[in-house]
Amino acid sequence: MSAIPILEARKAQIHQKGAEPFDITCGKHSLAGSVSQRACVFCGSRVVLYPIADALHLIHGPIGCAAYTWDIRGALSSGPQLHRLSFSTDLREKDVIFGGEKKLAAALDELIDAYRPKAAFVYSTCIVGIIGDDVAAVCRKLAQDKGIPVLPVHSEGFKGTKKDGYKAACDALFRLVGTGSTEGISPLSINILGEFNIGGEAWMIRKYYEEMGIQVVSIMTGDGRVDDVARSHGASLNVVQCSGALTFMADMMKETYGIPYIRASYFGIDDMAKALYDVAAHFSTQPTVMETTRRIVRREVSAIMPELYRLKGDLSGKRAAIYVGGAFKAFSLIKALRYLGMAVVLVGSQTGSKADYATLQEMCNAGTVILDDANPLELSKYIIEKRADLFIGGVKERPIAFKMGIGFCDHNHERKIPLAGFEGMLHFAREVHASVTSPVWQFAPARKLAGHREEEFRA
Amino acid sequence: MRSVKQTAPYTATQNACNLCAPLGAALVFKGIANALPLLHGSQGCSTYIRRYMISHFKEPLDIACSNFGEDTAIFGGGANLKLALDNIRRQYHPELIGIATTCLSETIGDDVPMFIQAYKAAFQNACRDEQLPALVHVATPSYQGTHMEGFHGAVRALIQTLAGREAAEGPPAMNLFPGMVSPADLRHLKEIVIDFGLEATVVPDYSDTLNGPLWTEYQRIPEGGTPVNALRRAGAGVASLECGLLLAAEKETAGTWLATQFDVPLHRQGLPIGISQSDRLFDTLAAVSGKAIPQKYTDQRGRLLDALVDGHKHLSGVRVAIFGEEDLVAGLAAFCGELGIFPVLCATGGGRGRFADTVRKVMPDYCRDQMQILEDVDFVTIEKKLAEMDGEVDLLIGHSKGYTMSRRLGKPLIRVGFPVHDRVDGSRLLHLGYRGAQQLFDRIANTLIQVKQERNEIGYTYF
Ligand code: SF4
Ligand code: SF4
Repeated sequence: MSAIPILEARKAQIHQKGAEPFDITCGKHSLAGSVSQRACVFCGSRVVLYPIADALHLIHGPIGCAAYTWDIRGALSSGPQLHRLSFSTDLREKDVIFGGEKKLAAALDELIDAYRPKAAFVYSTCIVGIIGDDVAAVCRKLAQDKGIPVLPVHSEGFKGTKKDGYKAACDALFRLVGTGSTEGISPLSINILGEFNIGGEAWMIRKYYEEMGIQVVSIMTGDGRVDDVARSHGASLNVVQCSGALTFMADMMKETYGIPYIRASYFGIDDMAKALYDVAAHFSTQPTVMETTRRIVRREVSAIMPELYRLKGDLSGKRAAIYVGGAFKAFSLIKALRYLGMAVVLVGSQTGSKADYATLQEMCNAGTVILDDANPLELSKYIIEKRADLFIGGVKERPIAFKMGIGFCDHNHERKIPLAGFEGMLHFAREVHASVTSPVWQFAPARKLAGHREEEFRA
Repeated sequence: MRSVKQTAPYTATQNACNLCAPLGAALVFKGIANALPLLHGSQGCSTYIRRYMISHFKEPLDIACSNFGEDTAIFGGGANLKLALDNIRRQYHPELIGIATTCLSETIGDDVPMFIQAYKAAFQNACRDEQLPALVHVATPSYQGTHMEGFHGAVRALIQTLAGREAAEGPPAMNLFPGMVSPADLRHLKEIVIDFGLEATVVPDYSDTLNGPLWTEYQRIPEGGTPVNALRRAGAGVASLECGLLLAAEKETAGTWLATQFDVPLHRQGLPIGISQSDRLFDTLAAVSGKAIPQKYTDQRGRLLDALVDGHKHLSGVRVAIFGEEDLVAGLAAFCGELGIFPVLCATGGGRGRFADTVRKVMPDYCRDQMQILEDVDFVTIEKKLAEMDGEVDLLIGHSKGYTMSRRLGKPLIRVGFPVHDRVDGSRLLHLGYRGAQQLFDRIANTLIQVKQERNEIGYTYF
């Protein structure tokens, strides 16, 4: 498989543990001509704001950007479903020449009247950045006319990476913060940041915190509501999940409202428990909180352990490859896989930082391949070389794994199964188990070949 | 062009019933052997398009991108395109690179043909031993057209750039431009043409590249596709056949180009969906090859007609709404007319201003005047229309994105075309020829029977 060449300019973004010293390049704009698994600034913004279910999400640009993001995420809402529709100004040739402001105003006018949203987000896509529409001015005018916040999101696809999109989304969202009343907010209160309620995950997490006696003021943005965000500055603590998406928000809220934040991950038993304990520790003036937390963790863990052990019996010793958006998720996955007795042989992310990759390198065994912004050729090369049994990634990675006869677990925003929380760990284990132990792999030619090669090597 | 046709007054597009132009172009380039599509613009478009197509085809689907950054948007994409071409050549060693623009590169006014000229010249000056892959460019600004314009544009670009008259070996070759159909359709068409003793140059042919077996070793570019050499001798073809009623009204297509430049006789018809359009296909092939229609197909037709008669009562008077790509909708509507199904509503997100007339022309008199025909519309508009027609529709035929509508309306959806994101068999759906008609008929009839059966209190086991 060494026949697959790695581009010279990409070599610095690949590292094999053991090959010292550790150095990996990241945070780069994707290389031209390389088939990156990344998306664009707009995609980053859309990921962050998508689950806000009572807001209008209008995509200003030609039709594609809106068409491809129509109802593509498993972010659930307990009430309105406005986020699941796709709205576009659908710019045409004459708008590109004469500007799209009129259409934008007309679309907002029409859609706000039709759907009565609590706020509207207007996403600028690539060409809006070129044709020079004054999106902010249109938004201001419509906000005045309609009496709701109309917030421009500066998400022109080419102006950076997905991470810049997170930032643009946070900037827009932050304009809502502080506009609502903080009445009735307990001192024992938090905002959950960076949790998108895929398959109902946010509901599970919220339930744990509430049982601990902590009030959840807002979740950004899972099952999100404009009014909750508006009063989120009344919370005592922000709990931020993941490396990238909502950290900008936590920083801004800290600076403006003096709200401290801690990081959390809800994937896997260790990290989920830690997320609860860390919050309990923050509110240590209330001793009952820690006690309740211990009880919850004990109860939840013992509820899932028997089945987890059973599944582990089949999975022990299997090898996994991980390629996800943010590096934080990778940390949690490595730990979660340990519970299943599985070893990680490849780990990579679309947007990790240098420090993230250093952490990954510490967590992994010797020989593990670490990748930044990988492309399909590289991914396939290493999953075969490292003889992975399982690939954890998103929709774009799935067919690569399948063609090579390797099991797959979907772990991005498009999945519909909750993988967070204690219960989620069980879902995760079942998902992994269902794929890895399927009898279909016995028919996969690539796996057979790899098996023969190993036998020959041994002989 | 859509821009001309958009109906006043302007309304926002809600749940679009079409996709953007580079998607269609990328699909075409995926159907050329040893080729790689390259989208000239920023990263998001190509990643979104890949994701969208992967969910349907369930295959690895590499589409490269020239990855515009902020500088590129200011200074132009020339340098990025060059770098992208260099990197693709090094990593994929393709025989052909299909370059489609995006809205961004079109808006900043990149002169892609000039960039390509310069690239070729520089390559020649360096006089390497290596051969330069064929570079085919198609302009696909989505503010001018949907994925269908991108699709047909790319087919035309391939032919205009490459077609010549290099001597063909083997049996006489026929150029076939089937339109945007499924891998199963492509396989079926190839089989038919070969059975007539002709060689088929099908453009594009993604029947293997996007519906292949498991792999032994990773394939940089999946096997299969129209050979580049076959494109180069398309000018020597014995005939061309172009499918799609709306396409047939276009003045400049791959087929017309071959006819005017190389005198290759052009046959045009609708997508061979249903009986009369399939008959036309077989008659044309018989005429071109000088051979009688093989018994195999006469038998298929016989069985189809027999099934139609056996099941006609289930379909008679059933009212259906059809939506999706304009040519597919037109083809399906015509087939419904043959079955006694009344297409009360036909809708497309594209249409090129000729959709309504085209559809009306293929319909039998009894329904022609009572049909609602909508073009350049979105799903919210379609659903509203259907809600207004309350109770007048029994069944929906279209792609997966109509599912939410079908769920709300409580009407079953027969999935056809692209995308099929919520079933496993998008690539294997057969629409064309007698066999395709048979499959469609079976699925429609079975769905209707199931509805009857479920609504029936007694729960009959026979129908
Ligand atoms: S910018 Fe144009 S090409 Fe890109 S996704 Fe949007 S519509 Fe498609
Ligand atoms: S046009 Fe720009 S914003 Fe839209 S998908 Fe493409 S890169 Fe992203």
